[in-house]
Amino acid sequence: MISAPDVVAFTKEEGYEEEPYNEPALPEEYSVPLFPFASQGANPWSKLSGAKFSRDFILISEFSEQVGPQPLLTIPNDTKVFGTFDLNYFSLRIMSVDYQASFVGHPPGSAYPKLNFVEDSKVVLGDSKEGAFAYVHHLTLYDLEARGFVRPFCMAYISADQHKIMQQFQELSAEFSKASECLKTGNRKAFAGELEKKLKDLDYTRTVLHTETEIQKKANDKGFYSSQAIEKANELASVEKSIIEHQDLLKQIRSYPHRKLKGSALCSGEMEHTQDQASQPATTSNTDESADTDLYTCRPAYTPKLIKAKSTKCFDKKLKTLEELCDTEYFTQTLAQLSHIEHMFRGDLCYLLTSQIDRALLKQQHITNFLFEDFVEVDDRVVEKQESTPPKPSPGRPPSRSLEECPIPQVLISVGSYKSSVESVPIKMEQELGDEYREAEVTEMSSFDPQESLDYLDMDMKGSISSGESIEVLGTEKSTSVLAKSDSQASLTVPLSPQVVRSKVVSHRTISEDSIEVLSTCPSEALIPDDFKASYPSAINEEESYADDSEGAIHFQASVSPPELGEAEEGSLENTSSQADSSCCIGKESESLRVPLSTPAHSPSDQDGVVSIPPQRYRQKDQGFHVDFAVENANPSQDNSSEGFPAYELDPDRLLASRDVSKSSLDNSDTTSNLSSIASTSSDRTSSSAYPPGPSSERHKKRAGQNALKFIRQYPFAHPAIYSLLSGRTLVVLGEDEAIVRKLVTALSIFVPNHSRHAKPVKHWISSPLHITDFQKWKLIGLQRVASPASAGTLHALSRYSRYTSVLDLDNRALRCPLYRGTLVPRLADHRTQIKRGSTYYLHVQSMLTQLCSKAFLYTFCHHLHLPAHDKETEELVASRQASFLKLNLGLVNEDAKVVQYLAELLKLHYTQEAPGTSHPTLRFDYVPSFLYKI
Amino acid sequence: PAPAPVGGQASRPEPAGLKREGLTGRVSRELWASRGFGPVGLSAQPRPRRPPRWLRGFSSELLPWAEGWWPSWAGSVLRRAERAAALPSSVTQSHIWPQKSPLQTIGEEQTQNPYTELLVLKAHHDIVRFLVQLDEYRFASAGDDGIVVVWNAQTGEKLLELNGHTQKITALITFPSLEACEEKNQLILTASSDRTVILWDCDTGRQVRKVSCFQSTVKCLIVLQRLDVWLSGGNDLCVWNRKLDLLCKTSHLSDTGISALIEIPKNCVVAAVGKELIIFQLVAPTEESLEWDILEIKRLLDHQDNILSLVNVNDLSFITGSHVGEMIIWDILDWTMQACECNFWDPSPQLDTQQEIKLCQKPNDISIHHFTWDEENVFAAVGRGLYVYNLQMKRVIACQKTAHDSSVLHVAKLPNRQLISCSEDGSVRIWELREKQQLAVEPVPTGFFNMWGFGRVNKQASQPIKKQQENATPCSLELIGDLIGHSSSVEMFLYFEDHGLVTCSADHLIILWKNGERESGLRSLKLFQKLEENGDLYLAV
Repeated sequence: MISAPDVVAFTKEEGYEEEPYNEPALPEEYSVPLFPFASQGANPWSKLSGAKFSRDFILISEFSEQVGPQPLLTIPNDTKVFGTFDLNYFSLRIMSVDYQASFVGHPPGSAYPKLNFVEDSKVVLGDSKEGAFAYVHHLTLYDLEARGFVRPFCMAYISADQHKIMQQFQELSAEFSKASECLKTGNRKAFAGELEKKLKDLDYTRTVLHTETEIQKKANDKGFYSSQAIEKANELASVEKSIIEHQDLLKQIRSYPHRKLKGSALCSGEMEHTQDQASQPATTSNTDESADTDLYTCRPAYTPKLIKAKSTKCFDKKLKTLEELCDTEYFTQTLAQLSHIEHMFRGDLCYLLTSQIDRALLKQQHITNFLFEDFVEVDDRVVEKQESTPPKPSPGRPPSRSLEECPIPQVLISVGSYKSSVESVPIKMEQELGDEYREAEVTEMSSFDPQESLDYLDMDMKGSISSGESIEVLGTEKSTSVLAKSDSQASLTVPLSPQVVRSKVVSHRTISEDSIEVLSTCPSEALIPDDFKASYPSAINEEESYADDSEGAIHFQASVSPPELGEAEEGSLENTSSQADSSCCIGKESESLRVPLSTPAHSPSDQDGVVSIPPQRYRQKDQGFHVDFAVENANPSQDNSSEGFPAYELDPDRLLASRDVSKSSLDNSDTTSNLSSIASTSSDRTSSSAYPPGPSSERHKKRAGQNALKFIRQYPFAHPAIYSLLSGRTLVVLGEDEAIVRKLVTALSIFVPNHSRHAKPVKHWISSPLHITDFQKWKLIGLQRVASPASAGTLHALSRYSRYTSVLDLDNRALRCPLYRGTLVPRLADHRTQIKRGSTYYLHVQSMLTQLCSKAFLYTFCHHLHLPAHDKETEELVASRQASFLKLNLGLVNEDAKVVQYLAELLKLHYTQEAPGTSHPTLRFDYVPSFLYKI
Repeated sequence: PAPAPVGGQASRPEPAGLKREGLTGRVSRELWASRGFGPVGLSAQPRPRRPPRWLRGFSSELLPWAEGWWPSWAGSVLRRAERAAALPSSVTQSHIWPQKSPLQTIGEEQTQNPYTELLVLKAHHDIVRFLVQLDEYRFASAGDDGIVVVWNAQTGEKLLELNGHTQKITALITFPSLEACEEKNQLILTASSDRTVILWDCDTGRQVRKVSCFQSTVKCLIVLQRLDVWLSGGNDLCVWNRKLDLLCKTSHLSDTGISALIEIPKNCVVAAVGKELIIFQLVAPTEESLEWDILEIKRLLDHQDNILSLVNVNDLSFITGSHVGEMIIWDILDWTMQACECNFWDPSPQLDTQQEIKLCQKPNDISIHHFTWDEENVFAAVGRGLYVYNLQMKRVIACQKTAHDSSVLHVAKLPNRQLISCSEDGSVRIWELREKQQLAVEPVPTGFFNMWGFGRVNKQASQPIKKQQENATPCSLELIGDLIGHSSSVEMFLYFEDHGLVTCSADHLIILWKNGERESGLRSLKLFQKLEENGDLYLAV
């Protein structure tokens, strides 16, 4: 039970009181020593370093009727994870708040024990002393031998970051509910089986007793019963009673799925009903006791035993383990689900939030997202989408319309959700009320108004509670400070929003201006400017820092070469006002989502040095993120909230870098000593992604982005090469060294549009001569050059099919491909970009490509563009309409139109295909002359 | 003109000499071969070409780079690679440009080429030799692997695979169903080296009937719709009815067998057997005799070599073409020779410095592989060249002596004065027949300048010859596009008005060439249809 003093605030007052409200001074902050907990091995942005465990873990505890609260197992099952953390003590804490399992057994006024199908309770609990915060999911399992037939358990997600627990409450709850449901299903099965066995035992016992009583009756004709006979009769009676009880229990447990179907809201009433019915045929009879006889025939499945009718509570016997309580199959399934949860919520909250927003946005683009998204993730997302409740479309305002209305989609991240959960969460809600609230929530959600966000969020939280759950915010100390702190807590949540992170970083950079500019619209060998060379040093630095980039952004800043700095400053002088910061990839996203020809009315004004990126608010929804669009600066709290956080804590680069590092320490065994040493010191809790490591892992993306960046810096003809990829012309990367070719192919593959969700049209390495089918299948090919006559065929094929390919010769640093004069690729791949990190660049590319996808979508689905307005309209007219749309409405010049047209063809094919991914699209090509570029 | 020092040039690749050759524009394949540029004439071997457009004008410092992977214009592949391995690039860089080939080439910019989309169809395991159109959207393909595949020409979808023959298919023909017949299914007849002929139902894939009593491989099939019979030509000629009953047959004609069969009026057929043309007449059952009979009427022995192609061009005449380049136009009724054109291969009297190096002396180079025709002209694939023969003028009005790098195997005329040819070199080329203009205008300024002394002497000298030559061909065949896709000989192609071009090749592939813009429009149409079906189209309204 919770007592009042437990309900309390969260730690960290110290950290926030001092630093947030001081104006953070600059440059030195980027140095490591400023981070106070660096010596303790925590990550700079994880504000809790006092925790005794190294990263988040899941704890399963039981309130044992014999020994009290005890920890059962942890996930991951590794003592290093929880370190010196006192599991026993924490088990005591988390089990002590389970109040729902308290009433079981014989309810007053009922003759028979009733199974109370209690809903799981979900509790957030904090222990500042331990530095631990936990989402605690209580559940009860049935055990025939246990007291009241119930065994209380709980699963706890323990993290050092209370914000994470709070912000991810819905997700945690959903995931843990799955695990709990799995456990309980297995348990019901096992319990029913146990009851059946017990019933057979009882039945057998009754038969035996009955027979003996009859024998005694016949033998005894004196007219009175001996005390022995009476005893036997009593025992028989109690056996009968026990049988009825157990039958009743069996009926109850079996009726569960039926009731479950009708919805959990109806649970209580329904349950009463069934139980009443079940208790009707209760009869008793008196029979005599009898001795053991073997009258009963053995059944093959289960041999009944003679048992005592009265179930004795024996404290000496061993209780069933969790695995015995549930079916083994279900138990392993649950463990898998729990480790999935552990994977899913690994990492910093910032990252979780961004990726959730990312995913939510991607889900909205279900028509175009196959083009550039990693198909593995997209697949995952599709599955997720099916699992989670789909966002209900509002009657009055379809999302598409709001998209049209607002040129800049913005993710709204609510600031106040945490606060509201602290302040306004009642411990328990009436269940009838719940439905109303839920309905209210849905309607509220659909017509979301940013100004009402706070009220709305209250509603939201209530709504979630109403579904039979309860939220409690617990703490060990300082419970009284909750209300007083509410304001500061509101701001405490802010740093978790990635938006703030970005803007702070921007404000601290001196070279913050855009580096993306149109360098040359007609790149050719003659036009390669000399200052290309100036960017090479930075590429070298990049190389260095790439090798040991685990040290984070600080190192990076230090290693920027002077020429580049100067150059960048020049650029910044030129482009200060209109361009978004290139080091801030998301800032670019908002910029790039704009049609270039549109008026600059939306461009952020950054006179105060802070790029006013559209505010992003975060808020939670039942199972996923609700994303809405709104006009920028709609959230008044943004300005306040963005202040007060030291920038060094919030550097997204470092965040990602560290993620990578820790991930590598988790997933890759072949990390360098440098990496591993840092990984071991940095907290593992910031590592990892929601998805299991694979080719699409964070690390992979980062590498690809890094190499792509390097390619762009090193090759002045990167633009036509990338244009080839984007326009569907196969790019053949020719080289002798497999490793180099593979690396570049991997890097360039981020520009390759997919044909379907199932395969990326990239062949990393091939040494046999190319065939026409290869160009149909693959859009990026790494080809082996052999300096022997054997390669003749290969080269001949390459020259023969030259009209279908662009050829990038790595050994000779040359490229043969069509001319590119557009403006799109220069923005996508600016060799003078200020982006330093691979992962940042990857994100930049993704955002640019997403913008491109939306253009392609618009182009594809504009009815009047593709169909003649009337019968007499000629094809030329339609074509000219398309051309003018591409040019005027989408702002595409020259070859850029071809990119969008190619993407549009892919979209058409994908949309009209009956079974997506079954066939390769046709090979489209143009009869255009190629040019030779050479360094 | 004296013979050129071929051997000397071969051993000493001399830039100046190469340049001279390049200017003349006349280099024989023999010369290439003698220079060690590898064997020529094999379809798998690339013929040297001019450097592509994009490379012309680049200075030689680029060449060491280019020669590594761009060998086709630099000479034979093997040769280049060997040299590259043996010599530093600086040594080889100066003379990798080949001399100007007589082969007309077109750059990568082909504005008139409508085929900007292709679909590779893979089902065969061996050379695909035959394509036949079934209806407006289907076609069948057959080849050496013995299977017949029915395709959808629009989507490239494989509809059916007909398995029944154990050896390569030698003939494929559609079997038009009778008007009266209930069954409207499309039927095809296939003949194979396994000495069977099978009648297939192309809608169900069912094998309707099979005949396997042949003594020899059937090499050609013909359906005489008027008589409702079909004929098979192998070593003998057999007449069959629709139910695949043998009606009658000729005696053994030749071991080489009948290579081509056409139908001519008066119930006659012409069979090409070796050098001979044999005319047979079919005798349908009458009241007197209930038996069918086939009689040999006449043998025409005018060809000097094997007859490779035989077509009837209109109601008046049919044409034969032989291995040595004789083209004879026959009267269809009395089987007399109307015209004979035997000197396609004669090099036109150009005054070249190396005229003795003849282009087309090998018989293979003048063999007439295929004809096609329209109302006015006959288009002949002669060796590597294309010739347009006007039926009324009875002369060649346009020619392209080296239209391809290798033998032209199939030609077809498109409605818009375009001609398509495919060749053993693996390419398909699209030509346009254009009237030559300014023939009369050109000499005048020359004369004018001559009068004032501006003209060059040698130009004046060459003038009459040029004039004569141009007058010889009042039209010209202009290359407007080529389709590169197959890696081996393109055996045949099929033109669909609505769906584009289908080519089949020895590389086991069939390629569907489509007009990209039209396909894009069709896809849009399909997209909006689907949107409408889903009810998404008018949601906003």
